[in-house]
Amino acid sequence: MTQRIEVDPIACEAHGMCAELLPELIELDDWGYPVIADVDVPRRLRPLARRAVSVCPTLALRLRVTAAVKPVSPSRRH
Amino acid sequence: MAARLLHRVQAGPTTLEDHVCTHGPLPAHRPTAVAAEIERSGLRGRGGGAFPLARKLAAVRRARGRPTVIVNGCEGEPLSSKDGLLLSLLPHLVIDGALSLASAVGAPEILIAVDELEVRAGETVERALRQRPELRDGRTTAQIVWTPTGYLGGQETAIVQWCEQGVAKPRFESPRVTERGIGRRPTLVSNAETAAHVALIARHGAAWFRQAGTDNDPGTALVTVCGAVAAPAVYEVDHGLALNVLLADAGGCTEPPRAFLLGGYGGGWIDASDAEVVRLSPRELAPLRARLGPGILYVLPDSACPVAETARVAGWLADQSSGQCGPCVNGLAAIANELERVRSGSAGRQALADVLRWCGLAAGRGACAHPDGAASFVTSAVRVFRDELSDHARHGPCDACQWATALPIYDRGAAIA
Repeated sequence: MTQRIEVDPIACEAHGMCAELLPELIELDDWGYPVIADVDVPRRLRPLARRAVSVCPTLALRLRVTAAVKPVSPSRRH
Repeated sequence: MAARLLHRVQAGPTTLEDHVCTHGPLPAHRPTAVAAEIERSGLRGRGGGAFPLARKLAAVRRARGRPTVIVNGCEGEPLSSKDGLLLSLLPHLVIDGALSLASAVGAPEILIAVDELEVRAGETVERALRQRPELRDGRTTAQIVWTPTGYLGGQETAIVQWCEQGVAKPRFESPRVTERGIGRRPTLVSNAETAAHVALIARHGAAWFRQAGTDNDPGTALVTVCGAVAAPAVYEVDHGLALNVLLADAGGCTEPPRAFLLGGYGGGWIDASDAEVVRLSPRELAPLRARLGPGILYVLPDSACPVAETARVAGWLADQSSGQCGPCVNGLAAIANELERVRSGSAGRQALADVLRWCGLAAGRGACAHPDGAASFVTSAVRVFRDELSDHARHGPCDACQWATALPIYDRGAAIA
């Protein structure tokens, strides 16, 4: 299982609390909206990521849980 | 060039009689057979996203609930004329496609979305619907949905939101409309041209469809050729056709060209000197960072000011944002303002670097692909028109700036300028 942070861009109102809590994965753009690192949430940051999701005042942040994808072996790539 | 959709097209609406005479009757296939032919055909959506139609069909068929089919005929792209042409001249071809798609996914309801200003086109489709025997037994219904004019009015989720809540704004896709659209039921949204291709695939099969175009991008596509050409019109081209051949078919350029805009205001510029290597298909345009989008080739003449044109369209694209997502609202406005400062010679030395950085910040961070398209338009302009942009930044407006009305834009709810 892997986790990714996702933001609903319509709901987000640039409160910026997520970036305060989780600067390792979230930084703010020129206008205060979160730019989320394009990586899975490392295990050690998962508690903080859950915190960030729960403190978002507009509930714009979510954790998307996906089953780990097996990498395609090189011979099967086209 | 192959004329499939435009085969024997006339100046007025094609009657049902003429339509059947040209293409033959629409055969009654089993739903699975139509879906299988569409899958084998490799048909991709012609609305701009080039998404494989078979994958949308499969998602709708997998989802629970009675589906709805929406044919999207409300192109908001000012440079495109193909939706209007299809609806007003070939309504039965579009309706055939809608019926085939409805049969393939088991949808009892068809909606045909038409821009509210395209009154004549919509009325033509309404008349055509009344002539169709397939719609008389009431098992399948079809009606027009009039959508508000706007660049994003034709966005897939915006049409669904318009039908559902009377607000023509994109929504954040989760779950997708293929799963939860009209009435929270699965919804297949297909561009009008895509539907028209389905009408012919249902008749002639996938192998026939693949005889035109390339292996990667089979079939033909409608391309609106406009700008400084002798015969601006909607042309049907085989995917993979050389850009120069299409230009020659359109009577050639009326002035020496400076650049070509492919894919419209969500597409990108290519330098006129690259025209010889350009082939018109999504796959072959990708390495040039260009796209066919909804099928647009615009010729910018050398006499126009590319800086003024780009700044003006960037401003319009910022205005067309639905105003919902911060990166789009703020990013596109910042980009447009800075480009205008560059044009007037009042920008700082970092201006173009800032514009490119904001393009990177806007793209991919909206609920819909509008900021991505606007960023693609602007970054390609910075790449192709770098000399002119630097000139303006240093010396201010050029003589041609005041004539910056080559590219058409419209006010919300107003006709194309």
